[in-house]
Amino acid sequence: MIPAKFDYVRAGSAAEAIAALGEHGDEAKLLAGGHSLLPLMKLRLATPAVLVDVGRLDDLRYIRDAGDQIAIGALTRHHDLETSDLLAEQCPMLRHVAHLVGDPQVRHRGTIGGSLAHADPASDLPAAVLALGGTLVARGPDGEREIAATEFFTGFLESALAGDELLTEIRVPKVPGAGWSYQKFNRRAQDWAIVGVAAVRNGTTGVALVNMGTTPLRATAVEEALAGGASAAEAAERADEGTEPTADLNASEEYRRHLARVLTRRALEEAGA
Amino acid sequence: MTATETPAATTVLGSRLLRKEDPALLTGEGRYVDDLVVPGALWLGLVRSTVAHARVSVDVGPALDAPGVVAAFTGDDLLDAWAAPLPCAWPVTEDMKAPEHRPVAAGTACYVGDIVAVVVAESRAAARDAVEAVLVDYDELPAVVDLEEAAEDRVLVHEDLGTNRSYTWELTPDADAVERAFAEAAHTVSERYVQQRLIPAAMEPRGVVVVPAPHGGEYTVYSSTQIPHILKVMLAATTGVPEHKIRVIAPAVGGGFGSKLNVYAEEVLALALARKLGRPVRWTEERSEAAVATIQGRGQIQHIELAADAAGKVTAVRVRLLADLGAYLQLVTPGIPLLGAFLYHGVYDIPAYSFSCTGVFTTKTPTDAYRGAGRPEATYAIERAMDALAVEVGVDPAEIRRRNFIPTDAFPYSSAPGLVFDSGDYEPALARALEMVGYEELRAEQARRRESGSTAHLGVGISFYVEMCGLAPSRVLASLNFGAGGWEAATVRVLPTGMVQVVTGTSPHGQGHETSWSMIVADRLGVDPDHVEVLHSDTDVSPHGLDTYGSRSLAVGGTAVWHACEKVVAKARTIAAHQLEVAEEDLEFSGGQFQVRGSPDRAMPIQAVAFQAFLAHDLPEGMEPGLSAQVVWDPPNFTFPFGAHIAVVEVDEETGRVQLLRYVAVDDCGNQVNPLIVEGQVHGGILQGVAQALWEEAAYDGDGNLRSATLADYLVPSAAEAPSYELDHTVTPSPTNPMGVKGVGEAGTIGAAPAVMNAIVDALSPLGVTDIDMPASPHRVWSAIRAAKEAQQ
Ligand SMILES: Cc1cc2nc3c(=O)[nH]c(=O)nc-3n(C[C@H](O)[C@H](O)[C@H](O)COP(=O)(O)OP(=O)(O)OC[C@H]3O[C@@H](n4cnc5c(N)ncnc54)[C@H](O)[C@@H]3O)c2cc1C
Repeated sequence: MIPAKFDYVRAGSAAEAIAALGEHGDEAKLLAGGHSLLPLMKLRLATPAVLVDVGRLDDLRYIRDAGDQIAIGALTRHHDLETSDLLAEQCPMLRHVAHLVGDPQVRHRGTIGGSLAHADPASDLPAAVLALGGTLVARGPDGEREIAATEFFTGFLESALAGDELLTEIRVPKVPGAGWSYQKFNRRAQDWAIVGVAAVRNGTTGVALVNMGTTPLRATAVEEALAGGASAAEAAERADEGTEPTADLNASEEYRRHLARVLTRRALEEAGA
Repeated sequence: MTATETPAATTVLGSRLLRKEDPALLTGEGRYVDDLVVPGALWLGLVRSTVAHARVSVDVGPALDAPGVVAAFTGDDLLDAWAAPLPCAWPVTEDMKAPEHRPVAAGTACYVGDIVAVVVAESRAAARDAVEAVLVDYDELPAVVDLEEAAEDRVLVHEDLGTNRSYTWELTPDADAVERAFAEAAHTVSERYVQQRLIPAAMEPRGVVVVPAPHGGEYTVYSSTQIPHILKVMLAATTGVPEHKIRVIAPAVGGGFGSKLNVYAEEVLALALARKLGRPVRWTEERSEAAVATIQGRGQIQHIELAADAAGKVTAVRVRLLADLGAYLQLVTPGIPLLGAFLYHGVYDIPAYSFSCTGVFTTKTPTDAYRGAGRPEATYAIERAMDALAVEVGVDPAEIRRRNFIPTDAFPYSSAPGLVFDSGDYEPALARALEMVGYEELRAEQARRRESGSTAHLGVGISFYVEMCGLAPSRVLASLNFGAGGWEAATVRVLPTGMVQVVTGTSPHGQGHETSWSMIVADRLGVDPDHVEVLHSDTDVSPHGLDTYGSRSLAVGGTAVWHACEKVVAKARTIAAHQLEVAEEDLEFSGGQFQVRGSPDRAMPIQAVAFQAFLAHDLPEGMEPGLSAQVVWDPPNFTFPFGAHIAVVEVDEETGRVQLLRYVAVDDCGNQVNPLIVEGQVHGGILQGVAQALWEEAAYDGDGNLRSATLADYLVPSAAEAPSYELDHTVTPSPTNPMGVKGVGEAGTIGAAPAVMNAIVDALSPLGVTDIDMPASPHRVWSAIRAAKEAQQ
């Protein structure tokens, strides 16, 4: 409940934030919606010496039409996503997934950038962006670079972002009319998924798994099977291939593997694969 | 008191008056302990054992060097601060074994969360940092986690006791009759059920502030407690501060569910350290601290056997319990399972009865009262077992219940274990619930689905509970060796201006007593409920009382208010008769007016009488001025509310997910003072019972670590999980009190868990599933389905 002592810096711009990260190095953490970081700090599982608050960088809060993509500012709240007309038309899965995150309070505070940067394998938006084949934009002292979502998640709560980089934008393809499904399996509405599956059918089928290992995962075996002409049921049997799910209060490893297969089949069926 | 008919209906009693309490609470005006501004207060930080069982050596030195720290103490440092150990007020047997329970453990820590040192600092944050600075060296001892293993005494929680078995309590009025019934039975069932431990998780965590009077010697204790009166006595006993120097106030209290019916280490520490340091001392519990530091509920392994004749009429019930006490005995720990000891025959007329309970120590957080306390466990066992019997006999679960109900003409009913059920009429409640849920159609739909081979299995579960409320007749408590009486006090004062003050000894923490008591007064005195103020939860304002728990407040405390009103009316009648110069018998009292019979123009409102009583210019010879009365009411019996609950679930065979589709409840709590409040209690109660069935579990690992210490892992349901309640009620007034009320605070919780579990087992019975432990998580249900399928192959 009571975090350890920390200093607080409010960034007035992305550049200020990046400079502050450069100045304080490993000691510093960016603070966006705070709905992943602050709980960890209150339990003293995270004890950053400096918080660099980017929560008020409203110029990074947008959902824009960018040609054949949608560009979403990193500070865009889950609530903005779940109510976006543009997403409803062009990428309804992302809108739906945002609606399933936590509870209304969480959705009004939490940001898509924070959710992706936190790289929690149990989170919903990372898997959605993975299945969609999205791209992330990071800005550092030397300017901007693009990172494919498939390259972004590097380990448990670890991403490809450098210590002095700020995630600024998330880009997802426009997929109007594509079949899609998001299967979130949890016990209470507000909870993280015990296992989740995102599937998008846009020519090829992208499938991503929630909580089936240390990072958000592409279900590559399933995607390959489908590309090779397997039925949804056949492909789904391979959903847990190459995964290393953990056991916790909600599920054994074996049960998670089973859920991944069942939910993948349901997702593929719903997406019309 | 003999049978009472429904009290003359006024417009107020039985109306859905909005709760007086709510505007303040809903607009953030409620002042909870943590909201109190106390300049100069020091904060306590508790250093808690991170190991379930260990000899500890503690060095508080580094904490003393930390910024803002005023003092720090080990258990040994404080040994002379205690006049007595923390209290257990319910030694259930003569030979019950009780470990000494100090507020700060000295030498050995016996559960994760056991306090091993305390720091005192200038701010909450400084106290929290200082806790981390204290050095604790753990010399680990083996943990004792599993209840059945603990009972075997291979590893002891408390070496000096020589056993983990604290007591065995038996109730077998006629052992031969039980033996005979089982020997002659056409059918028997023998079931084992596990009552998992639950974390009460009141919305407001606990908190305490102790303010010494500026000139010393007197202490005001603000605590988030259900029991300010009992706490005052116990604080005096443990700290040696004389009782009359202690004032306990429970400000707004955000729920308790039994968890605040206790005397906690932090409360006595705050008083002892305020005395030692001469400054106000405060503490507010953190949420994950609450998971280990506040008592937990349930925690039993139940063996229940039924003997029945060929028609399924039950002839005997035999129950053997193991109760998980945790590491120490808190205020009423040992007695909790025994509050159910008399109710294992449920609503059924079972002539032969045998009950025994062994209380066992484990290296876990102590257990104690949690909503229903003993009665949900009893109801669960008998209601699950009745379903098992229905399967064994081959009749419908509704029918097996009908065949066994205590018949309506048997009330007042003397039960085999020795209670007298005040009133009951069970068939109509069951019939109504079955009708509401559309029982026949559901069974038809279930059959259709089964035939079609659907993997979405439909299940219907019935539970019919009776509970024992209105704790309690003092004489009965004496026979149970309980360390207090069961009476309740009320004072009703009509002030000179006609406004009314009620002082109650009950201590509401969400139940709406201010509204209900106002309604009783409005009904009796004929005044506007808004002209009634209810004072409570402050031992200086309300010196006599036994507080709020066990669905006792209305049946006992409300009845005290009723009787006090009657006394006020009697005195007012004498004054009115005197002033109107008529005989008392010639006065009729209604609508707040004393009216001379036959003379419509000669009347005196009670407000005018109150003013005359205040003036005292013209009172009958020898009468004391003032219009007020105090009553202490000791109930002649418990009350026995009952109800039929039906859950409808769908179970996904592939994933094990259970969806609660519908929930029907027909409760009977006698006459209802305020149906709105009754429904609120039933809603919350049901969800809490459903939560035991589907979501909540204080899960420990083999080393005695609590794995579900945060609200991300301990699954308290939210509104999104709540079913749409379909409620109705029947009314069978209690003859135990003049209002015919019974109590409804725990009913929903008692009825819900067995209804849901019976529904799940019903859904999966074609697959061969006969039991699933609570909570029926998807993983557990899936595992049970798989095991049953394997067993059938
Ligand atoms: C009760 C509750 C329930 C929840 N349920 C769910 C759920 O069901 N599904 C789900 O997916 N999530 C859930 N969440 C998490 C929620 O979605 C978080 O909001 C989200 O994961 C993090 O976003 P944030 O903006 O709050 O990030 P913060 O907590 O502010 O930051 C998280 C991490 O990301 C870093 N970071 C933040 N922004 C950036 C950036 N722009 N560039 C680089 N690094 C950055 C921070 O330094 C920090 O390490 C829940 C949270 C709570 C409290």
